[in-house]
Amino acid sequence: MLAWTIYISFAGVLVLMLLPRDDARAARKVALLTAIAGFAVALIGAMQQGNPGEIATITKCSWIPALGANYHLAADGISLTLVVLTGLAAIAGILFSWNIEKRAKEFFAFYLALIGGVYGVFLSFDLLLLFVFYELTIIPKYFLIARWGSTRKEYGAMKLALYSFVGSHLVLIGLIAVWVVAKGQLGHASLDLMELSKVAFPIGFQKWAFPLVFVGFGILAGLWPFHTWAPTGHVAAPTAGSMLLAGVVMKLGAYGCLRVAMVLFPEGAAMWSTTIATLAVIGIVYGAGVALVQKDFKFVIGYSSVSHMGFVLLGLATLNTVGLSGAVLQMFSHGIIAGLLFAVVGRMVYDRTHTRDFNDLETMGLSKLLPFASATFVIAGVASMGLPGFSGFVAELQVLMGAWKAFPTAAVLAGVGIVVGVAYTLRAVQKAFYADGEETSRTEGTDDHAMEPITVPERVGAVMLIATSLVIGLCPSLLLDWIEPCLRSELFQRLLAKGGAL
Amino acid sequence: MSSFPWLTALTLIPLLGGVVVIGLGEQKALARKLTLATSLLSLAVTLFLWGSFNAASGDLQFAEQHDWVKSLGIQYRLGVDGLGLLMLLLTAIVTPLSLMAAWRNDDRAHIYGALVLWLQAGLFGTFTALNFFHWFLFWELGLIPAFFLIKLWGGPNRGPAATQFFIYTMVGSVALLLSFLALNLATGSFDFIDLAAMAKRGEITTKLGDALGWKMLSYPTLVLIIFGGAFLGFAVKVPVFPFHTWLPSAYSEAPSPVTMLLTGVMSKMGVYGFLRILLPIFPEQVRMVLTPLLWLAVLTIVLSACAAFAQRDLKRMLAYSSINHLGYCLLAMFAAASVATGVNAPELQKAAALNGVLLQMFNHGLTASALFLFVGLLEKRSGGLRGLDDFGGIRKVVPVFTGLMGIALFSSLGLPGLNGFVGEFLIFKGVFPLASWAAAISTIGILVTAIFLLTLIQRVFCGPLNAKWAKIPELTPTELLLVLPGIVLMFVLGLYPQLVLGVIDATVVKMVQQLNF
Repeated sequence: MLAWTIYISFAGVLVLMLLPRDDARAARKVALLTAIAGFAVALIGAMQQGNPGEIATITKCSWIPALGANYHLAADGISLTLVVLTGLAAIAGILFSWNIEKRAKEFFAFYLALIGGVYGVFLSFDLLLLFVFYELTIIPKYFLIARWGSTRKEYGAMKLALYSFVGSHLVLIGLIAVWVVAKGQLGHASLDLMELSKVAFPIGFQKWAFPLVFVGFGILAGLWPFHTWAPTGHVAAPTAGSMLLAGVVMKLGAYGCLRVAMVLFPEGAAMWSTTIATLAVIGIVYGAGVALVQKDFKFVIGYSSVSHMGFVLLGLATLNTVGLSGAVLQMFSHGIIAGLLFAVVGRMVYDRTHTRDFNDLETMGLSKLLPFASATFVIAGVASMGLPGFSGFVAELQVLMGAWKAFPTAAVLAGVGIVVGVAYTLRAVQKAFYADGEETSRTEGTDDHAMEPITVPERVGAVMLIATSLVIGLCPSLLLDWIEPCLRSELFQRLLAKGGAL
Repeated sequence: MSSFPWLTALTLIPLLGGVVVIGLGEQKALARKLTLATSLLSLAVTLFLWGSFNAASGDLQFAEQHDWVKSLGIQYRLGVDGLGLLMLLLTAIVTPLSLMAAWRNDDRAHIYGALVLWLQAGLFGTFTALNFFHWFLFWELGLIPAFFLIKLWGGPNRGPAATQFFIYTMVGSVALLLSFLALNLATGSFDFIDLAAMAKRGEITTKLGDALGWKMLSYPTLVLIIFGGAFLGFAVKVPVFPFHTWLPSAYSEAPSPVTMLLTGVMSKMGVYGFLRILLPIFPEQVRMVLTPLLWLAVLTIVLSACAAFAQRDLKRMLAYSSINHLGYCLLAMFAAASVATGVNAPELQKAAALNGVLLQMFNHGLTASALFLFVGLLEKRSGGLRGLDDFGGIRKVVPVFTGLMGIALFSSLGLPGLNGFVGEFLIFKGVFPLASWAAAISTIGILVTAIFLLTLIQRVFCGPLNAKWAKIPELTPTELLLVLPGIVLMFVLGLYPQLVLGVIDATVVKMVQQLNF
């Protein structure tokens, strides 16, 4: 059932290609319907899944027998969480792109292709299949940014694509090495995740294979110091692009780190966990610190994404149940919140003010001109700060608890990162919306009427994302009931044994 | 135990009220009235709870308990004892007074009303929650409305004041969060009552040490660090010297009705946190660092009084005076946690001290809000001026105003017969046997307070009439109505404190027993 999320998305691409050239309205509707259908399928499939602790195979058929590659789609609790996130983010992104007129059908075609690829990664349980879907997502990303982006779009697109390719090829080398060693151990070729997770790779092999694969995926997850594509790319991307990039695509990297690198190489993970934790904490604090001094509104959010992904990586590095659970929950939570933040900055503010420079925004008195946008950004900001009541708090709570056990200093430093997070969020809120200028925009009378009111799709999208974050923040069991049993399954046992179970 | 979830209902009233009010953008009058009505409804419910409270038992009443996130030990648990109920009553009284004080303020009345109501919801939640997760939720929730109330309606320096207030408090909160996460890791519990019981059995140290196992540190040092984090969280809120620097700016930049809320109720959150959370869960650690803590309390009392004396702005003066009054609470709390060997009838002294703390919290809440209310009325008449030297001799022109504000000032000074005296008296009565040196030095605070308050009276009300104010209007009947309840309460509680003591005494006795081991 869940496999239909992939197929529907690609079917949507086909339908879009068949539409007449300039019919933006039809393109939007088709895209939205496809995204909603995909999300509905995701939810239904998730409900149908009896026991999230088990890995429920959706499809498994032979693909390339010589390599031991199968077309194997399966889902467990973590996959479900991320699939639901993708569905929500997809719908929200389309709602916030409702105003795209230029070559709309191609925009949405690339968009849906990206979504389809993402669904594929989250549902693949065969390494080759996962890799294929992973690579598949790079092309739509490039075009979305290069054609429909803003600041330095060609540069941003190229940088993002190149970094992604480098990352995935590091992963490829690792996967080939895995295939070779596994073939020796198992006696036959296999690329199936379940089978390979039972193979005890030699420690010496893991020592270099783990960092190779982890960093390969980590580049996309924004692992410091390989994160530099992210702020540039996010700023260059069109709103929906940024929402997806920060919201979902970065999670592909983190997911790969967990599902592939950490599951296959538990001893390697244990050997390198301190390094990863260090890099993660640096990412948290550095990302927040750099966000604090930005002049461009969107760069603040771009760097904040690096900082929040640091929490995910820190959670992964703790190697205990509560930390890993927090990491997955943070993946979900940040996906929603980052989407919301980029939506406000890109769609609600930039599309109307045509500037993202704080010096300009300060004079505009946006809190009076765009009250809905101001309120939404305040809510998104406090959610991003980790205010209790929103999803980010529960996620950070779990990550910090896991960190206390494994790396106490990291927990304290992450706390510092949270405070800096408060600071840059407050700064952005104040400068963009509530600047203290005694004379605000009243002098620019004509501009008042130039600001179109916040449209219905924008409102719906904003409310949808805020509601999700609130619901998960107040009832985290909804997702934790998927994630935690999954962490107790056999796939993760070897890994958790390294960290000391919690 | 009532089966109707009164406490949840109480917290929901302002929460939902705020949601309704914020939608009333166009109808300002309606927004204001609805806000006031909601706050009066909360007052009615609180008075009902006060009436049905069983004062003879020190246990938690109106309790509610449900599982929330089982895997993390998070429960939805509410309950109030005398302390919680007293704080709820204070919040319920001060909020309508603050709203009425801001009645003329038309600017974005719907947002103002909603923010005040949400702040009230945050306060109600903080004073009733017994499990860290949702206690922390309400603790943080109160910050956002407070930030915006200062930022959007405040004085010329409001931006930095609001930001400093928010970030300072956040630092404390993050430290508090980290400490509680460590506690949960070690004990599996977020529940304040359970943790206090574990502390009484002496289990906290061993559990924390076992769970965190930082090889270089000994168990006591480890727990002291965790204690330090939690202490910081509450210390910033009270505030304890030297973590007080955010307060004078925040209080003076906020519009006076908002300052009424900040000083009247929000400041009590910190003291409440000490009483409900820090002291029961970390009594050993408090004893380990008792002398430094007592010194901090003494410094808070004396230095803030001296700082108040040096101020020229009435609001800043009263802000520092606020710090001073809460310093007495700190003094009493730390003294009550001490081992008290060689003291005659230590439980009695500690009970006196803690009774004094609760009374002081309530009385200060009342008196300080009243004082800021008066300053607000003065500002309205003077067009925003509120310097010590801006006025002079106005008692000749506004005798009623002078009289009533004078009563509030004398209450703040601690004149017997008014409410401010009882709390301070009980605190000193309790602390002198328990920590004589600290009590002795703290009396300097009382002396300096008397000096600056009398100076205030002399400069503003007495002396030659400043010609600028020869025509300022006397208190209008509406303003009189606004001010009188507080003044009457000051006399009533000064002459008959049993009204409050009767309700809280059993709770205090239980608290002393909790700390005695």
